[in-house]
Amino acid sequence: MSIMDHNGGSVIAMVGKDCVAIASDLRLGDRALSISSNFQRIFPITDRIYVGLPGLGTDVATLRERFRFRVNMYTIKEEREIEPETFAHLVSSTLYEHRFGPYFIEPVMAGMSKTPSGGYKPFIAATDLIGCLNFAKDFVVAGTASSKLYGVAEGLWEPDLEPEDLFETISQTLLNAADRDAFSGWGAIVHIITKDKIITRTLKGRMD
Amino acid sequence: METSFAITGKGYVLMAADTTAARSIVKMKTDEDKIKTLSPHLLMAYSGEPGDTVQFAEYVERNIRLYQIRNVYALRPAAAASWIRRSLAESLRSRKPYSVNLLLGGYDTSSYNPQLFWIDYLGTMTEVPFAAHGYGAYFALSLLDRYHDPSASLEEGLDTLRRCIDEVSKRLVVTPGKYKVKIVDKDGVREIEL
Repeated sequence: MSIMDHNGGSVIAMVGKDCVAIASDLRLGDRALSISSNFQRIFPITDRIYVGLPGLGTDVATLRERFRFRVNMYTIKEEREIEPETFAHLVSSTLYEHRFGPYFIEPVMAGMSKTPSGGYKPFIAATDLIGCLNFAKDFVVAGTASSKLYGVAEGLWEPDLEPEDLFETISQTLLNAADRDAFSGWGAIVHIITKDKIITRTLKGRMD
Repeated sequence: METSFAITGKGYVLMAADTTAARSIVKMKTDEDKIKTLSPHLLMAYSGEPGDTVQFAEYVERNIRLYQIRNVYALRPAAAASWIRRSLAESLRSRKPYSVNLLLGGYDTSSYNPQLFWIDYLGTMTEVPFAAHGYGAYFALSLLDRYHDPSASLEEGLDTLRRCIDEVSKRLVVTPGKYKVKIVDKDGVREIEL
């Protein structure tokens, strides 16, 4: 048993057509004992960036506070909102600062980034616990159910899904992967980010 | 073994903690109060490594008091919980971390809501309708899944708490004998005889 599995929980992000989705389960455990069925581990960074922090519960809260601080400092210094690509590198460097005594978190990011022509394009990324970035074009997964998420996502995801179809795909992927993982589940939350709005829905899951 | 429970109800949080102070296999004391009153509407039940527990609880108690003296108003439960969590999280990555598990129950006098936080020695925190620490948690949590009612009156809440204590006494090998029970509601903190 690794310390990464101490509290359980999983996060997944997917790219759609002019939209992205990020979803997580809601369980917080103490090893095999479930403590809470409403533990939020996805947080808004800006109006168009969300970050999911699966891993050790204490570091979920600590890193959330750290990212909020560093993004606020960036916003004040630059006098503009941070872009998803920049935020991904901020996450990476924050984690690598603790290379030899890491935060036990594997962040997953999803957002819409501005293009030079004034439009928006979907962006997702994930890192490992020491900040090695992975920019994917389809989906990224992390957490205790990551191996199962890969399998289901590989089967269900297809390119250019509209927001509502992407919602269905990411929800089914997460729910079915979490059902095969004893440390994830107990309900889920899904955020769909488009260029002008965010749809947030909570899902019921199996309670066993 | 050390056990503590807490449940929320209609306008109150009930907390119970056993009163044994044990060292190795010996009961040194059976009237130890392990629930501290941090402010007029805030209770904290603590358990864990003997020594660390009282030391950390007093540190928290005095810092919460200091905040109230400086700012006239006491921290609201969620704010106090965040500060305590951060103290534990910073301590975790220090040379000698505190090994203390906490249940923090309070009544928010601004929003008129009872609030309960489960915090462990790592600095993991979550708001919950009911919570428990120690070996008793393995029995009490499943019982509370069945019987807990967030809109229960005080009498019903006390009945549920008695069920928890009876279940732990029945099934746990190393059972604590006595419990101290405290409540926090709109009128503040008081002790209750079960």
